[in-house]
Amino acid sequence: MIFWNLFVAFLIPGVVGYGGGPASIPLIEHEVVRRYGWMSTQEFGEVLAFGNALPGPIATKMAGFIGYDVAGIPGALVAIFATVAPSLAAMLLLMKILLKYKDHPRVKNMTSFIRAPIAVLLGVLAFQFFFMSWEGAGWLQTGILVGASLLLLEKFNVHPALVILGSLIYGAVVLS
Amino acid sequence: MNVRKQWFIFVAMLRANLLGYGGGPPTIPLIHKEVVQTYKWMDDEEFSDIVALANTLPGPIVTKLSGYIGHRIGGTIGMLNAIVAAVFPTAILTILLVGTLASFQDVPVVEGMTAAIAPVVGVLLIVMTYNFLKQSKQSVGFWSTFFLTLVSLIVLEWLNIHPAILIVALMVIAFSRKPKPSSEQEQAQKGS
Repeated sequence: MIFWNLFVAFLIPGVVGYGGGPASIPLIEHEVVRRYGWMSTQEFGEVLAFGNALPGPIATKMAGFIGYDVAGIPGALVAIFATVAPSLAAMLLLMKILLKYKDHPRVKNMTSFIRAPIAVLLGVLAFQFFFMSWEGAGWLQTGILVGASLLLLEKFNVHPALVILGSLIYGAVVLS
Repeated sequence: MNVRKQWFIFVAMLRANLLGYGGGPPTIPLIHKEVVQTYKWMDDEEFSDIVALANTLPGPIVTKLSGYIGHRIGGTIGMLNAIVAAVFPTAILTILLVGTLASFQDVPVVEGMTAAIAPVVGVLLIVMTYNFLKQSKQSVGFWSTFFLTLVSLIVLEWLNIHPAILIVALMVIAFSRKPKPSSEQEQAQKGS
């Protein structure tokens, strides 16, 4: 049963997550935190932060960790399989048809409406993290960390892995 | 089975994915470098066709690309090989890193570290939110994006409808709309 739930939880983001890794993050959160309650939003944020600090595809790193956390190595394999297999199978099977229709206007338009709902999911999740930090570390520390990381990421183009590392050091020194 | 070829597939995918920070967009050029330039398994045109295809399908881009290219070069074993190289090393690193941190979660220093992570994750997500809204504005315009955002907010957060249902419904609506002629086509028609 747990393996079936893991399979479904990672199958859905793999099937409706248009726009690569970032699009599947809030969909994974919806299954893992809201629907199945396998972890808290805080824990999900930690996995996301470390997933972001490491190289490679984000969705499979999340699947690997969450699957392992819920049901050990078989759990990790099931979650990774559910993330990778459906869209890869579709690509292998539909190659010829897709090549023929990939420039068809209807096919091109198909995903034009779904960026907004994915933005809503990402935005709501972002505010959950801000609110959690407000309650935990207080508004001053939250403001400092949000301001500094926004500035470093967007204005000075510092690598996300370095920003996350910096925040860990800041937290270890200032917030402990 | 051509062991040498399988080894090259493994090395190519491992290298591209270990150097590719931040998912699809930064990793695709690295895969291109391995597949087209280093090992010359396919030409530019075939590679861009594969990328275009991967973009029309849902799910993580890099695993579709790796799996497909692995299959094209080395059959079913090549596909499994490419996926293992692309996915496993970084998934195992995540398990080790987060697992280690979780086992020290009561140590004050680690508590401080995890407290500082939440706002930074919030910022990363806000940046992604902004990018998706910008892409939406580019493809359907400001007012459609505004309206879709409002509808999504109500449907997802207030009515608590599963996001998969909303996404599939919006895809069906977008697909069944009569496509407007794109500016390229208009120009082509004017030119003819």
